[in-house]
Amino acid sequence: MNIIVCVKRVPDTETRVRVGDDGVSIDPSGVKHVLSPYDEFAVEAALRLREGAGSGEVAVVTLGDDSSQETLRSALAMGADRAVLLKGEVSHDGLATAKALAAEIGEADAPLVLCGVKAADDDQQQVGPMLATLLGRPCATAVSSFELADGTVRCRSEVEGGTALFELPLPAVLTITKGEYEPRYASLKGIMAAKRKPLEVKDAAASPSRLKVETMELPPERAAGRIVGEGADAVPELVRLLREEANVL
Amino acid sequence: MAPRFQGVDFYALDALLSDEERMIRETVREWVDDRVLPVIEEAYIGRHFPEELIPEMGELGMLGANLPEEYGCAELNNVAYGLIMQELERGDSGVRSFASVQGALVMYPIHAFGSEEHRREWLPQLASGAKIGCFGLTEPDYGSNPGGMITTARRSGDGWVLNGTKMWITNGSMADVAIIWAQTGEIGDASSIRGFVVPTDTPGFTARDQKGKLSLLASDTSELHLEDVEVPESALLPGSGGLKSPLMCLTQARYGIAWGAIGAAMACYAEALSYAGARVMFDGPIGGKQIQQVRLADMLTGITQAQLVAWRLGRLKDEGAMTPQQVSLAKRANVNMACEVAREARRLLGGNGILVEYSAMRHMANLESVYTYEGTDDIHALILGQAVTGIAAY
Repeated sequence: MNIIVCVKRVPDTETRVRVGDDGVSIDPSGVKHVLSPYDEFAVEAALRLREGAGSGEVAVVTLGDDSSQETLRSALAMGADRAVLLKGEVSHDGLATAKALAAEIGEADAPLVLCGVKAADDDQQQVGPMLATLLGRPCATAVSSFELADGTVRCRSEVEGGTALFELPLPAVLTITKGEYEPRYASLKGIMAAKRKPLEVKDAAASPSRLKVETMELPPERAAGRIVGEGADAVPELVRLLREEANVL
Repeated sequence: MAPRFQGVDFYALDALLSDEERMIRETVREWVDDRVLPVIEEAYIGRHFPEELIPEMGELGMLGANLPEEYGCAELNNVAYGLIMQELERGDSGVRSFASVQGALVMYPIHAFGSEEHRREWLPQLASGAKIGCFGLTEPDYGSNPGGMITTARRSGDGWVLNGTKMWITNGSMADVAIIWAQTGEIGDASSIRGFVVPTDTPGFTARDQKGKLSLLASDTSELHLEDVEVPESALLPGSGGLKSPLMCLTQARYGIAWGAIGAAMACYAEALSYAGARVMFDGPIGGKQIQQVRLADMLTGITQAQLVAWRLGRLKDEGAMTPQQVSLAKRANVNMACEVAREARRLLGGNGILVEYSAMRHMANLESVYTYEGTDDIHALILGQAVTGIAAY
């Protein structure tokens, strides 16, 4: 079975980002970019499915500029078979991204489309469900593991306080979260092989963003910690603060 | 989880690397964060090589990574190979030493001097880490002067009989196969030195762990004894001839060390920089004190210079234009730099710097071995002296 994985290039989660001079974007200088970690789970899930089946193709698709080729190569290095770069603007409008992806995926022979549960940069969790709607497919989100059975896919999804089980008819769209799919290291041979795998570059279907970023600000510095006292005498005060101020008890 | 290592790149040298070279470095860097750093303290204190790392090193393609794919290797260029060594030594010199010996001192000579049968039999198993190799050149009385070796190989029927002792052999006790260098002619006739592929379970072959080390504690360093070790004619590396052959292997290994030393230095610098920002003394972080800033500036300068030397050396190697003398300069300069950086980092860390939970002193102690092995600092100076004056001083 062929699988399409939608991926995104994001600033490395280890990078300390700064707001650029324009006040509405991240200053790109010195920022390393990576394949979004949630998308890595999705790529890993797709590769395991293909390896288990012994057949099928894993294609990775992204919307972005030329720099996203590196991101696609990371997925190819992990073992994906081919990649498509849809050249176009990446905005904060999840629907614009979903439309560009849907135009590419459309009628493709890929019963399963996987996305990361969210992009590690804007955290919106929009693209997967929107893409599913545009494609007219069912969607399960925050899937931590799944298996195929008789034209359906059975998913375990992480929900508040527990796990939900879903069964969806194929074709379907799943958004994957960390669960069973700890991503593999790209082998060094895989990295070299990635260079020789097909990477198609085409213009994305135009779909302008309807969202405008007004300002971008870093979260306020976290206040320094507080020592409420020492020894057993401090416990009642600590409990009171945890209950009344921190609201964690 | 500890923050991932971000590297040191003050001169935007990443722009000199290809996408693949960067990806390879990032992969090994991540692997070192995930796999080596969590186990290295315990291995170091426990004085053992973390053998559990070997299968994954093989699987990812770190062993003999610049050798051809047809023998199961990753067939990377030499800059990518160097970056692997750099990242491994950011973990520990012992881990890099393991990979250096396996790749440059065992797989390289099998590839360069071995028969096609040797290559087919050994290289895929060594690349995957299923088999471990060691390299027996140095002897108790012949370190800097390997041409004087007294290990002998004598004809016996259809094969050879080996006798002698080899010392300071990395991987010696865990090895499945040893590349043994021996005199096939008169003692002192360096042109008669030949290499042999000797399975370590051959009768008469024994390895003994080197006791009492205060450096490279997470590495297997052993002494090899060969007492009437009988091997068939097919054990001879047919392409080997004279001292030049093992020296060619050493050039490969020294090349990797020139890169590896940068990794150890980067680990120490990053640790010192982070500590300088967090450690408060006299009402402010010690990073705000001029004396620590000089230390950090010197470390950064040394690392940046070493990076440029290693990068250029790698490009020359890929062009087939690298000379052994250039390798001597890089090995000597970069290891010297790393020794200085490690020592200064340890000092910046104050009392904490002597603890194993910080890496500076471990690297500092390791680097004393790296300074000495694969051609001492002194010997490389003499190689360079000869290169520029035309007069050999050793």
